[in-house]
Amino acid sequence: MDLGSISLVAFFASLMVASTPILLAALGEMITERAGVLNLGVEGMMIIGAICGFAVAVESGSAAMGFIGAAVGGALLSMLFALLTQFLYATQVPSGLALTLVGVGLASFIGQPYVGESPPAVAKMAIPVLEHIPFFGPAVFQHDAMVYISILLTIAIWAFLKFTRGGLILRAVGENHDAAHALGYKVRLVRVMAIGFGGALAGLGGAYISLIRVPQWTDGITAGIGWIALAIVVFASWKPGRVLFGAYLFGGLTALQLNLQAANVPLLLVLPYLVMLSGVIYLAIAVAAGSWKKTLDVKPTLKTFAQFIGTGLVLLLIGVLTNYASSLDLLLLSSAPFVATIVVLVVISARSKGASNGPAMLGKIFQAH
Amino acid sequence: MTELLKLQGLTKAYPGVIANDDVGFSIAKGEVHALLGENGAGKSTLVKMIYGLTKPDSGTMTLHGASYVPTSPQAARAAGVAMVFQHFSLFEALNVAENVALGMENPPKMKDLAKSIRDVSHAYGLPLDPDRTVGDLSAGERQRVEIIRCLLQDPKLLIMDEPTSVLTPQEVEILFKTLRQLQSEGTSILYISHKLEEIRSLCDGATILRLGKVVGTCDPRATSARDMAELMVGETLHIPTRDAKASGAELLAIKDLNYAPKNPFGTRLKNLSLTVHAGEVLGIGGVAGNGQDELLSMLSGEARAQTGTVALEGKEIGKLGPNARRTLGLLAAPEERLGHAAAPNMSLIENTALTAIIRKDLSKNSFINWTKTESFAKDIIATFDVRTPSATAAARSLSGGNLQKFVIGREVMQDPKVLVVNQPTWGVDASAAASIRQALLDLAASGAAVICISQDLDELMEISDHFAALNEGRLSTPRAAKGLSIDEIGLMMGGSDTVSDTQTTEGVPA
Amino acid sequence: MISLVKRPQPSKAWVVATPILAVIVTMILGGLLFAAMGKDPFVAIRTIFWDPLFNPDFAAYSRPQLLVKAAPLILIAIGLSLGFKAGIWNIGAEGQYIIGAITGASVGLAFYPMEAWFIFPLMIIAGALGGFLWGLIPALCKTKFNAPEILVSLMLVYFAEQIMIAVSLGALRNPEGNGFPGSRNLAQYASSANPELIAGTGAHWGVMAAFAAVVAAYVLLSKHMLGFQIRVTGESPRAAGFAGINANRLIIFCLGTSGALAGLAGLFEVTGPAGQITTSFNTGYGFTAIIVAFLGRLNPIGILLAGLLLALTFIGGELAQFMLSLPSASIQVFQGMLLMTLLAMDIFVNYKVIWRKKEAV
Repeated sequence: MDLGSISLVAFFASLMVASTPILLAALGEMITERAGVLNLGVEGMMIIGAICGFAVAVESGSAAMGFIGAAVGGALLSMLFALLTQFLYATQVPSGLALTLVGVGLASFIGQPYVGESPPAVAKMAIPVLEHIPFFGPAVFQHDAMVYISILLTIAIWAFLKFTRGGLILRAVGENHDAAHALGYKVRLVRVMAIGFGGALAGLGGAYISLIRVPQWTDGITAGIGWIALAIVVFASWKPGRVLFGAYLFGGLTALQLNLQAANVPLLLVLPYLVMLSGVIYLAIAVAAGSWKKTLDVKPTLKTFAQFIGTGLVLLLIGVLTNYASSLDLLLLSSAPFVATIVVLVVISARSKGASNGPAMLGKIFQAH
Repeated sequence: MTELLKLQGLTKAYPGVIANDDVGFSIAKGEVHALLGENGAGKSTLVKMIYGLTKPDSGTMTLHGASYVPTSPQAARAAGVAMVFQHFSLFEALNVAENVALGMENPPKMKDLAKSIRDVSHAYGLPLDPDRTVGDLSAGERQRVEIIRCLLQDPKLLIMDEPTSVLTPQEVEILFKTLRQLQSEGTSILYISHKLEEIRSLCDGATILRLGKVVGTCDPRATSARDMAELMVGETLHIPTRDAKASGAELLAIKDLNYAPKNPFGTRLKNLSLTVHAGEVLGIGGVAGNGQDELLSMLSGEARAQTGTVALEGKEIGKLGPNARRTLGLLAAPEERLGHAAAPNMSLIENTALTAIIRKDLSKNSFINWTKTESFAKDIIATFDVRTPSATAAARSLSGGNLQKFVIGREVMQDPKVLVVNQPTWGVDASAAASIRQALLDLAASGAAVICISQDLDELMEISDHFAALNEGRLSTPRAAKGLSIDEIGLMMGGSDTVSDTQTTEGVPA
Repeated sequence: MISLVKRPQPSKAWVVATPILAVIVTMILGGLLFAAMGKDPFVAIRTIFWDPLFNPDFAAYSRPQLLVKAAPLILIAIGLSLGFKAGIWNIGAEGQYIIGAITGASVGLAFYPMEAWFIFPLMIIAGALGGFLWGLIPALCKTKFNAPEILVSLMLVYFAEQIMIAVSLGALRNPEGNGFPGSRNLAQYASSANPELIAGTGAHWGVMAAFAAVVAAYVLLSKHMLGFQIRVTGESPRAAGFAGINANRLIIFCLGTSGALAGLAGLFEVTGPAGQITTSFNTGYGFTAIIVAFLGRLNPIGILLAGLLLALTFIGGELAQFMLSLPSASIQVFQGMLLMTLLAMDIFVNYKVIWRKKEAV
């Protein structure tokens, strides 16, 4: 056990790498869902992107070509979903599941000759000047291009939704497809494009895993990240800024897990304090925001704070009682992203009190008359 | 007057039905032209063709003397044709300005658009705040959004589909003023309605459709409402007869009911009180979206009330669910036939089991007796003259009127003590509507209490003993229906409950 | 020009015909795929669908396998179909299957090496209970907090897999296993074994349970109030509310029942065909069962047939891998395509497809 071996710079750098695939896939799915389409096939599109990107990169020797191939592969697979749901009026939930099943199988099928191959290395693209800032330079500004592209995409999508006519039409289609149709908008076309965009971004996210994060090809390489991306979209209330936040939160968790594992530090030794620290930060932010807006609800704020501290103490107790048993710790470490996803989903759903703030037409079938 | 739009021989067939058959008429510049017809007469198909939403199978349209073949609503708008929809083509989660922008080809920047929305809406007496979310607006205000959206494009022809069905009489006056102002500026209006008095007061010409064909044209100012009605319906109607009755025991009482619905765009019920007695029909009017659905769910038991607010025969029932209320004799028929009162893909037999298991004793030890259910379903079908190939037909395969007869029949034949119906004849043909109203009157005559929520004032005046109106979740004090004037009803619907009783008794001829 | 006309009601004939057609179309598509890989498509299809049952060289081994593989698929799919019918999406059956196996096995291992008649029944109860409780988590998250059950149940699969790895290495590890991960072999411990009941058929207790589940589900759906409530809720949630159906109770019932059935499937697997909990105990039955449920049209009898068919693809897939060196993933692709084709063909159930001459303008 060596807590001191964890370098904060390396931690933040690995956080950004871990977050990027989640961010890409979640952004794509957010656009698809804003158009009113629930595509549960993210995992399938990601893994197809992962293998297409890998194969193209290996064959062409160019990682950039690989990413293009991944986007095309993801988008092509998503067109199967578009065909089912937009032209054959199939229900979206099973269609998405089918897409994942096909995608995972197909990826493993295509990927067989590539097991054990290594992809071409992806060059780091250090940002001039900024890269020399102490700490932030190496942590934030010395990454590959995709990290920056994913962040720029977040901003671009935010601007697209807020300021452009295309964004307005996309939102309109997701809010009320009958009205959009009555006004003459091509609901189906908008949705097919949104599905394709979602597929392309999921593909990019998958390729980021197989080309940069891992980087090699193994079966089931996406390991549930597509599903986490779906949860992030719910967590983010379909808003780009919050998708970025959510993706980085989960990336952070993954990075923490890997760093702790590498340093052989039991999670339960660190987690209780992290939770309690989050409580203190929450309290500080709430008080600051409350005194600024002059509306501080003392009771609920204290209650949430107490919940943080309580959770921390319980975790601490578990750690002490089990004497930081390594098998339990391994379990906690490896299942942390999934358990955290559940916790986050529960918290965010409980807060919206049953009223979904998602697009009104989400998952509903549209048929022109 | 010069001719603006001319339709010739328009025909449109859907599989199994000819929606429009050789329809032709013309609209002059600056004319308000009425398109009259019952539900299913083919009005909306015709309008869809003019607005570019569907293509006619044959026939031609001429606009300004030139051939007019709109391939899309965008093309129609570019040619100067705008439309205000009956079921609004609005987006609840978006704000007014965004909604308006979506209806325009080349909207200006949001800032400029907001300003012109303010300007135009004031100029036409329909003030609107461009920044408000549409979901928070009342039905009348939403219609303004639609109208302003059209006006900003300076249309030559404005199509209005049943615009007054969502308005109070006072709001109707404001709308008519706006329309006349438009007319004086040279805009033509195609006005779709089945409300004859409105048409007589507003329109210059009328075309009457029945079963997809033009059955007549007339000058509505020179034609009596009765003659137009006969053209429209094509048969003499069975008018329900209302038996005299004595007021019986109090059956249902609501006292100071408050309810905040889960749906953020729903209507809050505020301090709502009413009582109904055996043999009484209470009519509840009001513009859609003023708490009708919420009131029905409070009575059906789909939503729970606070203790002490709802009582049936003196027994507290606010916390009871739908089935417990059915056991006690309080039944309901919601507005939406498909997907609320009935499950669309399930058979009539299964839809009978939906609400009748308890009172008709259709199950034993939690196992459903399907034979008994089927025979009750057949009973309903026979008694209420539901036209269906069989009891195993899916609910959605029935026409609106037949399904509605089935839904009302299903509840009426369970001998309720109190029956609550919401929009019992909405979208139903005239003869089915008449028989449904008669069934409600018969039920009341047999000693049950009936609460009829409806937006059709004629219907309410025809069957109600007492009348009240919902406005923004508040219910006006119920008053005897007999002798209420249209002005008083309008005030009740507009939320003004201050008309004193002395005022109502005088001056209105019975 | 092709145009679609909505049928007044779903076509009963097409409801039955589409799964059969989907299988045929998928065979053709699969054949094309195999041909593209340079294999003889006819040989490949025959190897997968015919040889396991009728080729004298393999049938003796393969035929009993059919019931062994079909049993968990059917058990799980029956449970899933209840929820799917009501619009409740449990896609975490794989996790419930794992947890059922672990809890059931734990009870058995706790008694080791005692021999007693009641151990196996206790294990069955523990297995069902484990799956039930694991299924209850998404149900409660849904009813208490309105969290989407699709995502929660799926996340619990990954969690269950990690638990499975942890107990294989820790709590349940065979102390006499020379340090290898994995529990004792339950099939070799008489009181916990789930043996073949009728020699040569492959029929173990799980197969019996699967048949019982088919019958029970059939009665439930066609005669019982609860089955009716499930169907109404799926058809129209609002009509269900109007009929006084308690949605939360149904969510708990459906997720709990499908969890319990998946748990049972896991228990019968770990005590019979698999024998022990290992780090790779689960083989995807929970996901394939989703296909089985849809291919069987969420109808118990249909699920029985679909379960047998999908079991055949597993066995035939292995055979094809062995005989023709087809990649193992090809059978996964095949199964996924089957679901896709079926969903695509659903259009015939609700729509009439009409060929019309191009409209005159």
